[in-house]
Amino acid sequence: MARLVILGAGVAGHTAASFAAKWLGKKHEVVVVTPNSKWNWIPSNIWVGVGEMTKEDVTFDLAPVYDKAKVDYRQAKAISINPEGSTSKSSPFVTVEYTGQGKAGQSEEIEYDYLINATGPKLNFGATPGLGEGTTMGEHTVSVCTADHAIHAAHELDEKIAKMKKGEEQTFLIGTGHGMCTCQGAAFEYIFNIEHKLRQEGVRDKAKMIWISNESFLGDFGMGGMHIKMGGYVASSKIFAESIYAERGLEWIIGAHVNKVEAGKVTYETLDGKTGEQEFDFAMLIPPFAGVGMKAYGKDGSDITDTVFAANGMMKVDADYTPKDYRDWKASDWPKTLQNPTYGNIFAAGIAFAPPHPISKPMKSENGTPITPTPPRTGMPSAMMGKAVARSIVDMINGAKEPTHTASMSEMGAACVASAGKGLFNGTAAAMTVYPVVPDYEKYPGTGRDIDSTTGEIGLAAHWVKHLLHFAFIWKAKLKPGWTLIPE
Amino acid sequence: MAREHVKHIESYTPQAGTMIPLGSQKFLRTCFVWQLIRFAIINVKMTKLILKSHH
Repeated sequence: MARLVILGAGVAGHTAASFAAKWLGKKHEVVVVTPNSKWNWIPSNIWVGVGEMTKEDVTFDLAPVYDKAKVDYRQAKAISINPEGSTSKSSPFVTVEYTGQGKAGQSEEIEYDYLINATGPKLNFGATPGLGEGTTMGEHTVSVCTADHAIHAAHELDEKIAKMKKGEEQTFLIGTGHGMCTCQGAAFEYIFNIEHKLRQEGVRDKAKMIWISNESFLGDFGMGGMHIKMGGYVASSKIFAESIYAERGLEWIIGAHVNKVEAGKVTYETLDGKTGEQEFDFAMLIPPFAGVGMKAYGKDGSDITDTVFAANGMMKVDADYTPKDYRDWKASDWPKTLQNPTYGNIFAAGIAFAPPHPISKPMKSENGTPITPTPPRTGMPSAMMGKAVARSIVDMINGAKEPTHTASMSEMGAACVASAGKGLFNGTAAAMTVYPVVPDYEKYPGTGRDIDSTTGEIGLAAHWVKHLLHFAFIWKAKLKPGWTLIPE
Repeated sequence: MAREHVKHIESYTPQAGTMIPLGSQKFLRTCFVWQLIRFAIINVKMTKLILKSHH
């Protein structure tokens, strides 16, 4: 009997656990270690953050689902990995610390034959003074990164709407809270949901709405932007995004590194080296992501964290990490099997793997401050990686010598639906597809992407797609009948 | 009618440097029949994308 241990139960980890348990059956063991008791469909946190959904709508308890799937669920956080075992233990193991199940605070060593690191990110609020402390959000801004954060954001929003109804003007500042953030798409969707809500409440004229982002141009999205076929042209996502903002009367500050957050005010530096201040009454600023801070130890107890993890705390996989100039980047730099190069029984999936470099062109301000979006790895790519890694491990358990499946971000697409409101008959969403996520200029000279598969449009239909995705993916994650038929 | 859609744009601001949808475009965005067609097309596009992405 082999034991597969999966660290994390987000999109990548839960997908990997679900498929591995199904494919391995009762002959082998699947263990999931996650500090959370609930699964969260994070894209719908946006709707929680404007009061259109509740926490219960976007989360469910993991324990009964894993019980049904015969997955050994441990509510604990991973502290360290011993990929060679230790002086007292010959098998590799992970050290975990329980956060629930009546064992909070207790440590345990869990041996494994194969390990998937799918911990997701640490929400690094502490990287920006005033944005928060460590992983804890501060008091000056709100967040939609977790369902609880989103509930708080919705309450704050309601308070601002009440003030506007009394005639007060309010300034909303939405975007990224650091020069090295990713996940601009979540902030993008949130600002348009707020804008829609303010219109519905009849107070839009009382709101000044400002987007602040580390993107060097609107529509970069951490992917270096994309080119979309529109009306007989191929147009940059810059035009697409600017059009949406301008249509709705939003202002924007781009190429910005927020370096300080205070009550009602941020200070920032932009790529041209200038500094600025922006006052706000309501701010939602996405924090930068980092690895969760796991350590790795050799058999003799020596610290081998640098061998297993990159400097940002993300796990090294089969990527080409050779430092290169932006012009020398290739699609083949990106990992395919997501296998750790030192320890062949360790894989990483989703945000937990270390990208070889950004997708957007690296930039620094004139003062030398890096202001570059980091690559997005959430949602559809995370799920595909989780499934591919699970398939490879299952095949290796059954005798394959090498990973059998790949999930390179330079060979996969992504679909993104950014809503503006939640109604089935009002509001309009932007539906975007991009292929591949990482541009491949050798295969697709010019734009780096297949322009027949890279699309964007705005309309009510995209709202319906967003609703469809919400219910389909929660159905799938709950492992309800037919879940395997719903694609990643 | 077209001026209704652009009256909030100020010259020489970043907002003035992009395209603004007019009435016909906005109508299509919420036209139920047209959006039903688009819904089908978006789903086909996304399905093709998913099929291309699995290796």
